[in-house]
Amino acid sequence: MSYSLAKVDRIIDHYGADAEALIQILLDIQHEFRWLSRETLLHTADRLGLPMNQLYNVTTFYKHFSLVPQGRHAVSVCVGTACHVRGATRLLDRVAQGFKLSPDETSADEKFSLKTVSCLGCCALGPVMVVDGKYMSNPTSNEIAEIVEECE
Amino acid sequence: MSKLTSVSALDELRKDILSRRDPKKTKLSVCSGTGCRAYDSEKVIDSLKSGIKQHGLDDKVDLVTTGCHGFCELGPVMVIYPDGIGYFKIKPDDVDDIITETLSQGKVVDRLLYVDPEGNVITKEHDIPFYKYQNRAVFGSNQSIDPKNIEDYLAIDGYQALATCLSSLSPEEVLETVKKANLRGRGGGGFPAGQKWEATRNAPGDVKYVIVNADEGDPGAYMDRSILEGNPHSVLEGLLIGAYAIGCQKGFIYIRQEYPLAVEHLDRAIEQMRELGLLGENILGTGFNFEISVHRGAGAFVSGESSALMSSIEGKVGEPRPKYIRTSISGVHGRPSDLNNVETWANVPLIINKGVDWFTSIGTEGSKGTKIFSLVGKVNNTGLVEVPMGMKLHDIIFKIGGGLRDGKKFKAVQTGGPSGGVIPEDMLDLPVDFDALNKVGSMMGSGGMIVMDEDTCMVDVAKYFLEFLADESCGKCVPCREGITQMLHILKMICAGEGQPGDLELLEEIAAMTKACSLCALGQSAPNPVLSSLKYFHAEYEAHVNDKCCPAHVCKELITYHIDPAKCKGCGKCLRNCAVGAISGTKKEPHVIDLDKCTKCDTCFMVCPPKFSAVTKLSGNETLPVSES
Repeated sequence: MSYSLAKVDRIIDHYGADAEALIQILLDIQHEFRWLSRETLLHTADRLGLPMNQLYNVTTFYKHFSLVPQGRHAVSVCVGTACHVRGATRLLDRVAQGFKLSPDETSADEKFSLKTVSCLGCCALGPVMVVDGKYMSNPTSNEIAEIVEECE
Repeated sequence: MSKLTSVSALDELRKDILSRRDPKKTKLSVCSGTGCRAYDSEKVIDSLKSGIKQHGLDDKVDLVTTGCHGFCELGPVMVIYPDGIGYFKIKPDDVDDIITETLSQGKVVDRLLYVDPEGNVITKEHDIPFYKYQNRAVFGSNQSIDPKNIEDYLAIDGYQALATCLSSLSPEEVLETVKKANLRGRGGGGFPAGQKWEATRNAPGDVKYVIVNADEGDPGAYMDRSILEGNPHSVLEGLLIGAYAIGCQKGFIYIRQEYPLAVEHLDRAIEQMRELGLLGENILGTGFNFEISVHRGAGAFVSGESSALMSSIEGKVGEPRPKYIRTSISGVHGRPSDLNNVETWANVPLIINKGVDWFTSIGTEGSKGTKIFSLVGKVNNTGLVEVPMGMKLHDIIFKIGGGLRDGKKFKAVQTGGPSGGVIPEDMLDLPVDFDALNKVGSMMGSGGMIVMDEDTCMVDVAKYFLEFLADESCGKCVPCREGITQMLHILKMICAGEGQPGDLELLEEIAAMTKACSLCALGQSAPNPVLSSLKYFHAEYEAHVNDKCCPAHVCKELITYHIDPAKCKGCGKCLRNCAVGAISGTKKEPHVIDLDKCTKCDTCFMVCPPKFSAVTKLSGNETLPVSES
């Protein structure tokens, strides 16, 4: 068994291989690998005794799950209401332009993933962009270009 | 810590904790909530820790890292007790002065104090208008406790209400108390919590569940997260009291995984409760058994709906079901299940401790107690505010919120999130009250309060909420799925300048259908943002449809960017910042924007120095003002 499947097994065992904990198990797997591969899903379905279609049902319904690999650097733009009225749409345009990505897209080299999120609770900074946990208030196109450069 | 086996053992522990604490000792309460963390409060706390050690102040000063204080606009925030000095916007570099001046010599560091818009410096935190007009019954404890330490909660009478219920009140008496208090659900609908409890209690079956709904989905509200981050035990205590009154031995907490800090604090709180024997079997020796499990939500707004949430707890897709049979009769695993919102649960211990009369003395006829709002948008003092029900919107926005930013004109306030509506200026005398807000086509919702100024386009706001809802509608029922999609389509056309005569009437028609026919509250309330803005800002819609003009200069397709040659001094800032090279001009000469190249990214407008304000947005038939020269 591969190394990653051993990790998956540990997560499943932590929840006592309880089929009802499916969402919790998938969240932990997603957290560990940044995405859910077909291999891990098949293995999870097998271990929990669930049909694969139930796993696809759940993983495509909830937003947090990703069936494609996510980038090493997580870029999010808050599109909560407070940020929206302060210009989040324009910020998102600039970020998309700067990172050459559409929302919910990952770059081909798996370097960046761009996501939109709803309300991070720092509305005073709005509109806000977060790169790897670092918050930035309404960066200009040039500032965004600098961030792209800084990320390795 | 050893397990508490009786109510008196809890009292003993509390006495012991208090005897080890000196109320006169200097206490630094520093916010470490998500908002302040965004401003690097963790670094401030680290430097404080090492600074206090270096200066040998360990014995004289207690440093408490707390949850959200509410005034997120000015984070990181700190309050120094017992004097109540409030410091704001603290940088790690300020820590030295705080230690050498305030802690060592009792001197106030003036530059960290709050300065009101008139320039008055205010030393004490509770004298600041933002705090002065609030009634922080639920949220106030946040700043006196470390959420990771159950002793802090016990020191402020934590679990006293539970002990009272278990030792001297029957479940019926507890239920009666909550009913008499007329505690209404803080999550949106305002349904009386006591009635829900009673229905679950009376439902047939031995196994019943209580649930905390912490799936805070409103994209402009974060009070539930801040309560769970800052005072998780208050919610857990409320839940246990509810479980006792209803007759449950098992509870669930459904919390968004997007709130990692809240999940962490909650897990820790539950662990500490278990160590003290406040969870498990025979709690406090009273024979009451209770267990809790935490369920993280994986990101679906609709899963905050009660039946959807319960299906999600079972590990399934969180779609709502028709509720001919209520969840209080048949919820999780088909068992009677009582679901209440975070803030509702947090109110329960207060009602038991302080009494029904205290609770009902606050608020209006139909809405009792306080409500926490996230006051955000174009207002000066953004943050979380807790006010007595019945306070006028005007007072919240102008007295607590300090009015609008940059001297702009007030346009509307949006309450209730995607299910609510916009309220125009002439209705600002309206009290915050479940029924009063419903009457004008908005709702209390979970407490989002987004202030909008003259630069906010109401059509765009309606479109924004529908975009959110179109994305979040689960698609199970046709009226919601198609209704929202079609309304959104029309709004997108209108915002793009392709609105047709008859569009507004069609919007109203689809809205009425969606409202009447949708399966759950998501669809039933989805048209509210559209209907309320159509009602109060009809002219703005007409300008978009008939004149292809966005009066607030927001809708991208309807505006163009220009540089006013009379104002431009040729500083070159916009030219350097334009990402697409659309701006040309020589130094000290007015610059020009090439409209064919311009992507309308707004950068030039942002970077143009305010003393020039030369970049102007035009829409419809508007033209640049004729220059004086």
